[in-house]
Amino acid sequence: MTVRTDRRGFLGLAAAAGAALAVGFDAQGALAAGAADAPGAAFNPFVRIAPDGAVTVIAKHFEMGQGASTGLATLVAEELGADWAQMRVAFAPADPSRYANLLFGTQGTGGSTAMANSWLQYRKAGAAAREMIRRAAAARWGVDPAELDIVEGQVRGAGRSAGLGEFAADAAALTPPAEPALKPASAFRLIGAPDLRRLDGPSKTDGTAEFAMDVKVPGMVWAVILRPPRHGARLTGFDAAGAEAVRGFVDARALPNGAGVAVYARSTWAAIKAREAIEARWDEAEAETRSTDRMEAEHLALLDAPTYQARGEAAQAAAALSGAARVVEADMLLPHLAHAPMEPLNCVIEPLEDGVLIHDGCQFPGLTQPIVAAVLGLRPEQVRIRTVFAGGSFGRRANPTSDYHVEAALAFAALGGKTPVKLIWTREDDLAGGYYRPMAAHRVRVGLDADGRVVGWDHRIAAQSIMKGTAFESVTVHDGVDHSSVEGAADTPYAIPAMSVGLSDWTSPIPVLWWRSVGHSHTAFAMETALDMAAEAAGRDPLELRLELLSGESDDHRRLSGVLRLAAEKAGWGAPLAAGRGRGLAAHKSFGSYVATVVEVTARDGRVRIDRVVCAVDCGTAINPDIVRAQVEGAVGFGIGHAMRNRITFDNGAVEQTNFPDYEPLRMGDIGAIEVHVAPSEAPPSGIGEPGTPPAAPALANAIAAATGVRPLKLPITRAGLSFA
Amino acid sequence: MTIELTVNGRRRSVEADPDAPLLWVLRDELNLTGTKFGCGVAACGACTVHLDGEPVRACQTALADAAGAEIATIEGVSGKAAEAVRAAWRELDVAQCGYCQSGQIMSAVALLESNPAPDDAAIDAHMSGNVCRCATYPRIRAAIHRAARMMEG
Repeated sequence: MTVRTDRRGFLGLAAAAGAALAVGFDAQGALAAGAADAPGAAFNPFVRIAPDGAVTVIAKHFEMGQGASTGLATLVAEELGADWAQMRVAFAPADPSRYANLLFGTQGTGGSTAMANSWLQYRKAGAAAREMIRRAAAARWGVDPAELDIVEGQVRGAGRSAGLGEFAADAAALTPPAEPALKPASAFRLIGAPDLRRLDGPSKTDGTAEFAMDVKVPGMVWAVILRPPRHGARLTGFDAAGAEAVRGFVDARALPNGAGVAVYARSTWAAIKAREAIEARWDEAEAETRSTDRMEAEHLALLDAPTYQARGEAAQAAAALSGAARVVEADMLLPHLAHAPMEPLNCVIEPLEDGVLIHDGCQFPGLTQPIVAAVLGLRPEQVRIRTVFAGGSFGRRANPTSDYHVEAALAFAALGGKTPVKLIWTREDDLAGGYYRPMAAHRVRVGLDADGRVVGWDHRIAAQSIMKGTAFESVTVHDGVDHSSVEGAADTPYAIPAMSVGLSDWTSPIPVLWWRSVGHSHTAFAMETALDMAAEAAGRDPLELRLELLSGESDDHRRLSGVLRLAAEKAGWGAPLAAGRGRGLAAHKSFGSYVATVVEVTARDGRVRIDRVVCAVDCGTAINPDIVRAQVEGAVGFGIGHAMRNRITFDNGAVEQTNFPDYEPLRMGDIGAIEVHVAPSEAPPSGIGEPGTPPAAPALANAIAAATGVRPLKLPITRAGLSFA
Repeated sequence: MTIELTVNGRRRSVEADPDAPLLWVLRDELNLTGTKFGCGVAACGACTVHLDGEPVRACQTALADAAGAEIATIEGVSGKAAEAVRAAWRELDVAQCGYCQSGQIMSAVALLESNPAPDDAAIDAHMSGNVCRCATYPRIRAAIHRAARMMEG
C-alpha cells in the first residue's frame, strides 16, 4: 500500500527513523523547508523525504478515482529526480491556508482543476527538494553541486552515487532556493511517461484501500437518517417504539434542524432495520409536490420569455433568423440525474479533546471545515478532517451545504457529542436524497442561409440555478445569469454569428448540484444536437459544418478543430456504413480541454447497439497519459450511460427511483472498447476528469439519428421509443 | 445466536441474527471491509464473495446460509486465477475510485476458475451484475483477457 492514510500518520504521531526533509510553502507562497512537518509547522509541507528514501507527496486534492494523487506525485518525482518506486502519497489535512486550490482560493477538488492549479506548485516543491539534496550531497562529498545530478532516486556525480534519502537530514538544515529552476518539457522522464502505474492501484485490488465506509473507531455507533419523502418537508414528530425490538438498536433522535430522525445502532444492518420500524410525521407545507410532467411543462413555458440575457441580443438573433433562408428549430428536455457514486455517502465523526475529527473522502475541506464548525459551535481549526479514498463522487461529495457532514455533525450532537458516530446513506437514500443535476430545457433556433451556412442562433435555456444562494453565487452569477446554467452555450468556441443565449431559472425545494461537467452536461447536448440538425437540414457533412465554424486562428479554434479532425480520422469518418448503422459526431470545450467523440451504432427494430466509440482529447500536457485515457473512457461511459436510460422522476414531489434496478446503470455489456487518442501538446495541463462527458451523449444521439432517422430530443434516449441491446 | 463461519480459511464465531446479511457481519463484526456495500439489493455486485467457490452477493446471503460454507473474501481469495487477476488489474490500471473493484475481482476470479479462456460475450454475461460507476468496463474486459493469458503461461 503506497497511499498512507493510517490514523497515527494523520495525527502526526508517526515519525520515520531519523530526520526527514519537508518542503512546502509559507503563508505568502514562498518556498519553505525544514526537518519537521508536524501540524503547526511554519511552512506548508508538500513533500517529505525520509532517510530510507521514501518520498511522500502530501496531496491537497482528494482521490475519487480521477488519478490526482498519482498526478501530484508525478510532478514532484519528475523535478526531484526520484524513482517511481519510492513515491508515496498522503492526503493533506484540512488547512485551507496551506492547501488551497489556487484557482478556488480555498481547499477543495472540483471543476477538473487539480492538475492545472498544482502544475507549477508541486513541481516547484520537487525542484526545491532536488536542489537542497544536491547541495547537501555536495557538501558531504566536498564537491561542487553543479557536478551532481539526481536520476532515478540516486545522487550521482564526482564518481560517486548514493540514494537521495541519505541526504534528507542534512538538506533539512539548508535554506530552500527562492526560485528553483524547473525542467524544460524536453527533459521530462516521468511526466508524459506511458508506463507509470497508479500509486493507488495495488491497494485497490486486495481490499486494503481505505474508504470512509470502512472506518471504525472505538465506541462508535452507526447511524442512518429517516428523511422526508418530499424535499422541503420538515419533521414534526416521530414514534420509535417499533425500533425497540430490533437487536442492536441504540436510540433515535430528531435532528435539531427538522431535517429528519437520526437512528443509531450497533451495526449498519441494525440501524437500517430500526429505521424501517420508525414512524415519522412531516410538515409538507413547503415541500415539492409537483410531478415530472408538470416540471417539464413549466421548463418549456419558461423558454417563451427568458428572464436573463447571457449572450448577445435577442433582437439581433431574431432579425438574423427572419432573414434566414431556413430555420431549424428544436426543443430539448434533459432530466434530473443522480450522481450515484459506488460508495454511498458516509462519514465518521469522533470527539477529540479540543474539537472533532471527521473521517471522510472529503472533496471540499475548505467548505466542510467551517460549516461543521458552525454547526457544532467550534472554531474551524477545531474540526480536523482525515481524508481517505472516496468511492467516486462525480460532484456529489463537494456540496456548498456540506449536507452529509452537517447531518453527521447534527446526529453526533443530538446523541450528546461524546459518542463517535458513523453516518451511512443507503443507495435508496442516495437516489432520493436530492442534489441532482438539474432538469434543463433548451429551445434552439438556427438560421441557415441559402448555402447552408449558419447566420443566426437563438438559444434559450431554462434550468434551476445551482449556484444561487450558495457561497459561489458572487463568483458565478452575474446580472442574474448563473454561468453554470449556460456554460458551453453562451461561451461556445464556434464562431456563430448573431447568437443570443437567454436564461430563465426554474425554482424548487429540490436541491440541485454540479454533476460531472456541470452545465456542459446539458448545453453540449443542445449545441451538438442543433448543429447536427442544421447540417442535416442543409445537406452538409456534420464534420465539415463544424470545421467551418472553427476556421479562425484562435487557440480555441485550432484545438477544437484539431481534436475533431483527429477523432474523425481515427474513426474513419465518412467511410460508408451498412444499412442500419450510423455514425455520430460531437465536440466540446470544457474546463480548458477539448474533446471530440465519434460513436458508431447499429439499430434494428428499435434496438440500438453501440459498436464503437472513438475520442480525441487535447488537455494540454498529459501528465499521465494512461490516466488521461482512463478518465475519458470513464467520462464517456458516464455520459452515454445516463443518456441511454437514466432519469430521476417525481410523483407528486416524491422521487420514484429507489435503487439501481430503476436507475439502471451502464453495465459491462452496454459498451465495448473506447478508443482515446491524446493530442500531443506542451500547453499547461487543463481539466480531464470531466471534459469527456459533454460530447458523449450528443455523439450517441447523433449516431442514432444517422442510423434510424429518429432524433432523440428528450433524454434519456429510451424516451424516443428505443432500447439498447 | 452464535453462528460459526469459515472465512478465508479461519473459523470465526459471531453473535448475530441468522437472517442478518453476511455483508454486514463481514464488515461490521469481522472487520473484513474489502467487501463493499453498494446497493443492498444484489443489483451492483460490490459485495461479491465466494461461497464454496461460487460467487454470491453477500448483501442477499443470510448468515445462516453461509454457515458451513467456505467463505472467501477479497482479503483472502487466492490461487492461480486470483493472482493473475490481481496482476492484470495492476498492469492495466483498471481501478479508478476502486470501490467496486473488490466485487469485480471476485466475479472475475470465479469466471476464470470455471472458464479459463472466456470470450467477450462470456465476460459480458458473467460480469453484467457488477456495476462500476467510473465505467472501467473496457479495462475490466481487457484485464480478464490478460489474466486468462497469464494463467496459460
